[in-house]
Amino acid sequence: MNVRQWCRDLGMGVRFAFTGGREGWVRMVLTAVGVGLGVALLLLTTALPNVLTVRHQREEARQDFTYSTKVPPRADNTVLVGESDTKWHSRDIRGRRLQPEGRRAPLPPGLDRFPAKGDMVVSPALKELLSSDGAKLLRQRLPYRITGTIGEPGLIGSQELAYYAGADDLVTEPGSTRVARLSAFGEAHPTTERADPVLILMMLVVFVVLLMPVAVFIAAAVRFGGERRDRRLAALRLVGSDSRMTRRIAAGEALAGALLGLVVGTGFFLLGRQAAGSVEVLGESFFPSYLDPSPALVALVAVAVPAAAVLVTLLAMRGVVVEPLGVVRTAKQARRRLWWRLLLPLAGLGMLYPMIGQGRSNGDFNQYLVIGGVMLLLVGVTALLPWVVEAVVARLGSGAVSWQLAIRRLQLTSGSAARMVNGIAVAVAGAIALQMLFAGVESQYTKETGRDPNRVQMEVDLSDGARLDVAAREFQHTKGVRASVAISSGGLGDKRRDPDHTAGITVGDCAALRELAHLPSCRDGDVFVVPDAHDEAAVKAFTPGRHGFIEPTYTEGDRGREIPWTIPAGLRHVTARKDALQTNVNGLLVTPSVLPARAAPTLYQQVYVRLDPAVPDAEEYVRTTAARVDPLANAWHWTSTEQSGKYASLRTGLLIGAICVLSLIGASLLVSQLEQLRERRKLLSSLVAFGTRRRTLGLSVLWQTAVPIALGLLLASAVGLALGTVLLKMAATPVAVDWASVVSMTGAGAAVVITVTLLSLPPLFRLMRPEGLRTE
Amino acid sequence: MTPPPGSLLTAENLRKAYGPTVALDGAEFSIHAGEVVAVMGPSGSGKSTLLHCLAGIVPPDSGSITYDGRELATMNDTQRSALRRSDFGFVFQFGQLVPELTCVENVALPLRLNGTSRRQAERTALTWMERLEVDVLKDKRPGEVSGGQGQRVAVARALVTGPRVVFADEPTGALDSLNGERVMELLTDAARSTNAAVVLVTHEARVAAYSDREIVVRDGRSRDMERAI
Amino acid sequence: MSIGHTLLGLLESGPRHGYDLKRAFDEKFGHDRPLHYGQVYSTMSRLLKNGLVEVDGIETGGGPERKRYAITDAGVTDVERWLATPEKPEEYLQSTLYTKVVLALLTHRDAADVLDTQRAEHLRSMRILTDRKRKGDLADQLICDHALFHLEADLRWLELTAARLDKLREAVAR
Repeated sequence: MNVRQWCRDLGMGVRFAFTGGREGWVRMVLTAVGVGLGVALLLLTTALPNVLTVRHQREEARQDFTYSTKVPPRADNTVLVGESDTKWHSRDIRGRRLQPEGRRAPLPPGLDRFPAKGDMVVSPALKELLSSDGAKLLRQRLPYRITGTIGEPGLIGSQELAYYAGADDLVTEPGSTRVARLSAFGEAHPTTERADPVLILMMLVVFVVLLMPVAVFIAAAVRFGGERRDRRLAALRLVGSDSRMTRRIAAGEALAGALLGLVVGTGFFLLGRQAAGSVEVLGESFFPSYLDPSPALVALVAVAVPAAAVLVTLLAMRGVVVEPLGVVRTAKQARRRLWWRLLLPLAGLGMLYPMIGQGRSNGDFNQYLVIGGVMLLLVGVTALLPWVVEAVVARLGSGAVSWQLAIRRLQLTSGSAARMVNGIAVAVAGAIALQMLFAGVESQYTKETGRDPNRVQMEVDLSDGARLDVAAREFQHTKGVRASVAISSGGLGDKRRDPDHTAGITVGDCAALRELAHLPSCRDGDVFVVPDAHDEAAVKAFTPGRHGFIEPTYTEGDRGREIPWTIPAGLRHVTARKDALQTNVNGLLVTPSVLPARAAPTLYQQVYVRLDPAVPDAEEYVRTTAARVDPLANAWHWTSTEQSGKYASLRTGLLIGAICVLSLIGASLLVSQLEQLRERRKLLSSLVAFGTRRRTLGLSVLWQTAVPIALGLLLASAVGLALGTVLLKMAATPVAVDWASVVSMTGAGAAVVITVTLLSLPPLFRLMRPEGLRTE
Repeated sequence: MTPPPGSLLTAENLRKAYGPTVALDGAEFSIHAGEVVAVMGPSGSGKSTLLHCLAGIVPPDSGSITYDGRELATMNDTQRSALRRSDFGFVFQFGQLVPELTCVENVALPLRLNGTSRRQAERTALTWMERLEVDVLKDKRPGEVSGGQGQRVAVARALVTGPRVVFADEPTGALDSLNGERVMELLTDAARSTNAAVVLVTHEARVAAYSDREIVVRDGRSRDMERAI
Repeated sequence: MSIGHTLLGLLESGPRHGYDLKRAFDEKFGHDRPLHYGQVYSTMSRLLKNGLVEVDGIETGGGPERKRYAITDAGVTDVERWLATPEKPEEYLQSTLYTKVVLALLTHRDAADVLDTQRAEHLRSMRILTDRKRKGDLADQLICDHALFHLEADLRWLELTAARLDKLREAVAR
C-alpha cells in the first residue's frame, strides 16, 4: 500500500463528494457546518490563553496605584491621579482625574496629551453611552467637555467604560486612599497571572464538554447519506476497485467535508472574532485582536481535523462490506460485550480520583488528567450506550402495532439508533456535570457580607479633604434619598510613634452613633466605648484621663499628624448593635465636639444613605450628588450576599451552548431520519395500502427515536451526575445535585426528540401517500 | 355500461390524472365474488392506477366505484382505510414485508391492525402459512427467506383477514417461472376456496392465464376482452 | 393465409386490374413470396363465381385484354367476417395476422380490434392449457408448458404490434 495509491483514492473520494448532486451537496454542507462549528470552537480555545494574557498585560500597563504608603515628592515627572470610579445602572465606569505636576509628567496608556481642567478623554463606549438619551444623570455626573478618545492600548475591552478628566485640585497626603503621585504608569513588578485552579478546572471541562459532542457529531456526520454513497461505492466495486480502495474513497469523501469544514470554521471564527469586539459578556469585552490563536495550535487543528475525519470513516467502514452489487452492513454482529465498555468510564474515574479533595487551596490540577478523565468518562457514554440500547431493547415486550414496529426495528439496528443518540447523550452528560459544578462552586462564592440592605441601601466613601457635614446635607436633599447618616472614623495610639495599643475612633452625631451601638442617652459632647473583647489591654490603655495620639506614626509609613488627645471623663461602656451600620464596631464612639478640629482631616468619612424605593434611579441620583460634592467619592450599593454573578452568566452561557449543540445534533438526527424514511417509502405505502392508520406509523417513528433517546438521557444523567460529583469533590465543594439542571438538560434533549419527530411527520405522511406504490 | 348483476366491485368511467399525466381516462371494471380477473396492458397504461382506485387507496378524479353496494367515492380516508383493513387484501411485486418483523408477525400484521390480540393473530397467521407451505419460516425475518418464499408469505398476509377482494399487483414480477406459477396456483386456489375475488395486475400472459377473465388497459381506457370475441 | 380475402380486401379501396392487384399484393405482403399472376387469375375467377367480386369493365387496345374487378357487397361482408374471426392459435400464424392487420388498416377498419380479438382467443387457449396443466400429471404439464410458452410469444407479438399500430398505419399508407 503506497502513498500515491492512498492519495489517488482519497482524491477520487473528494471529487465524488463535490460531484454528488444535490443530495451530495446537502450532505457536504451539513458535514461542513458541523465540522466548521467544531473548528471555530477549537480555534477559540486556542486563542483564549492569548486573550487572558493580553488583557492582563494591558491591565498592568495602566495600573496607577502604588503599594507603598509613602508618597514620593512632587517633581517635574510626576502626575497626580485621583480615582473617581462610578457606576451606571450596574455597569462599572473606570474614572481617573489627572493632574500633571511637570512637563515630563507620564501619560497613561491610550492618551496622547493630558486633558485640561474641565475636559475629559473617554473610551468609545462611554462616549456612545453619554450621547444616548437616557444618560442625562450621567452627563450631570461627568460634566466635562469631551476632547478625545482613549486609544486601544489604554482599554482592556472594546466595550469598557472609562474616562480621564483633567484636574487641578488634587492633593495627596500620607495614607491617602484616592490620590496617588506617580512617576510612571504600570506595575513595577509585572506578574504572570495565576488563575484560580478551580476556574481552570471549569474551563477545561467546559471545552471538553462542548468539544466532545462536536467530535461525536463529526463522527456521525461523516456517515450521513449512507445509502446514496453506498450505491456509488458499490458501483465502484463493480468496475473493479477493491474493498480497501473503496474504504479510502469513502474516507476521501469525508475528508472533503472536513476540509470544507475547516474553511467554514475559519469563517465562523473570524465572524465570531469580529462579533466578539462588539459584545459584552459578563461585563467583559475583548478587542478582536486579542483573539489571536497561536500558529502552532492552528496548524495542529488544520491537520488533526481532516485526519480525524479520515480515521473515523475508515473505522466506521470496517463494519460495512461493500460488495459490487450493494452494501452489506455486517449483518449479525456478535452480542456486544460489556466489560471493555465499562472500562472506559472506570478508567476516567480512575484518572480523576487522585485529585479528589484537592480544592482551590491545594494547587493546580493536572490538566492532562482532568481532560483525559473527563473525556474517558464521556466517551464511556458513547461506548456504553449501544450496549444499553441493545440490552434493553432485546427485553422490551410487545405492545401495540406501532410499538412492535419500533422495537423490532431497534432490535435489528440498535447500533445505528445508539449512534444517532450518542451526541445528545454526551452533550447532556457533560452539561449536567458542569451545571452541577457551577452550582456547587457558585454557592461557595456566595457569602454573607454582614450588611443589611434593609438598614441602608447605599454607602458613600468620601475622599480626604471632603467636607462631611456639607456632603451629608447634600445627600439629605438629593432626590430619592430618605435619610443620610454621616460617620467618620480614625485611629488612636497610646504613643506618638509605633504605639503599643491602638483603638478605633468613630465620630458621628448622636443619631449616627445610635446606628452603631445601644446608647442609654446621648448629647453632643458624650463619649462612649465599645470594649474590644479580644484586646483587654487596649481597653485598659484608653481609660478616661489617659493621653493618646490621633493618627500616630508607624515606622514603615509616612509621618502621621500625631495629634495629642486626652480621653475625656464620663466615658460610658456601651454594646454594639447587632445590625450596626459598620461591622466590627469597637473602640471609642465620640460626638463631633469632643475631638479637636485638627483631627478632622485624619478621619475616613462615610455617608450612609437610605433610599426611597418608590423613586426610580434613586441610586443614580445619589451617585451624581456624590460626584458633585466629591469627585473622588466612592458610592456603592449594599447587598446582603455577595454572589459571584459571573457564574450565573456562565451557566446561562453553557446552557445556550449545550442547546446549540443539541440542535445541531437534532438536525443530523432529522437528516438521517428522513433518509431512512425515504429508503422505506415503498414499504410505507404498502402498509398504508392494507389500511394502516397514520397514527400507527407516526407513533412508531416517535417510539423509534424516543426509546433510544430516553435510554441515552438516562445514561447521560447517571454519568453526568457521577462526573459532577467527582468534579465537585475535586473542587472540595459540598456535593449537591442540581436537579434544575438535570431537568432542564434532559428536557432539552427530550425537546430535540419531539421536534425531530414532529418535523419528520409531514414528510412521513407525504411518503405514505399511495403515489409511493407507483413503480413507473 | 351497466354493471353485470351480482358484481361485487364495479367501477364506471374512472378518470385520474397525476398532474399533466392522464393515468385513467374513462376506465370500467367489474368483478364478482370468487372471480379472478387479470388486468393487463403495457407499462404506464394505467393498470396499477386502476388497481389503486379500485382498492380505495387513491380516490379517482371522477367516476364511481361501487363495492358491495357502497360508493367508495363518498367515503373519507379513514373509512376507506378501515374498509381496506377488513375487506381487502394486498400482494405487491416485492412482497413489501416489513423487514424487521418475523414472517409470522408480518402475516399477523393486518389482523393486529384490526385489533386482534397478538396471540390470536399469530395463531391464525400460522394456519395460513401452513396453507401456503411457508410455516417453517415463521420465526425468520424476510431478509432470510427466498423471493418465492417471501411472496408466499405476502400472499398469506393478504389472505389472513379473510378478505372478499384480493388485489395483487404483479405478484410474480420478481420471481422465476416455476416460483411464479406456484405462487399463482396457491393464490388462486386459496382465493377460490374462500370465494374471494382477485384483481390481478400483470403483464405476463402466463400469469394472466390463471384468471377467469381479462381486462386490457391502454392509454387509461379499459377493455373487457370477454366482449371482444 | 387466405389470398382470396387479401385480394378482396385490396379491392375495397377501389376497382383494380388483375395486374394492379398482383403488384399491390407483392408490395404490401409478398416481401418474400411474390404472387404468380396465374394465382391471381384463378383466385379472381373463384371470387367472381362466388359473387364476391364483379367485372367492372374490360380494357382493350394495345396489349392483351384486361379485366377490371370491383368488390361486391357480399365481398365486403366476407372480408369483414374474416377479419373479425380470430385465427386458431397456432405457431407461425404471424403472416396471416400481419396480413389481417395491414388490410384492416388499408380498409380503415379498427386494426386494434383485430389484435384484441386474437389476443382474447390466445388467452382463452392459454387458460384451457393452464387448467389442464393444473389437473394433469408431469407429462401433461410439460406439454402444456411448451404450448403455453409459444402462445405467450405470439401474445407478446400481438402486444408489440398493438403498440406499433400508429407507425404501421403510416407505413401502409405510403
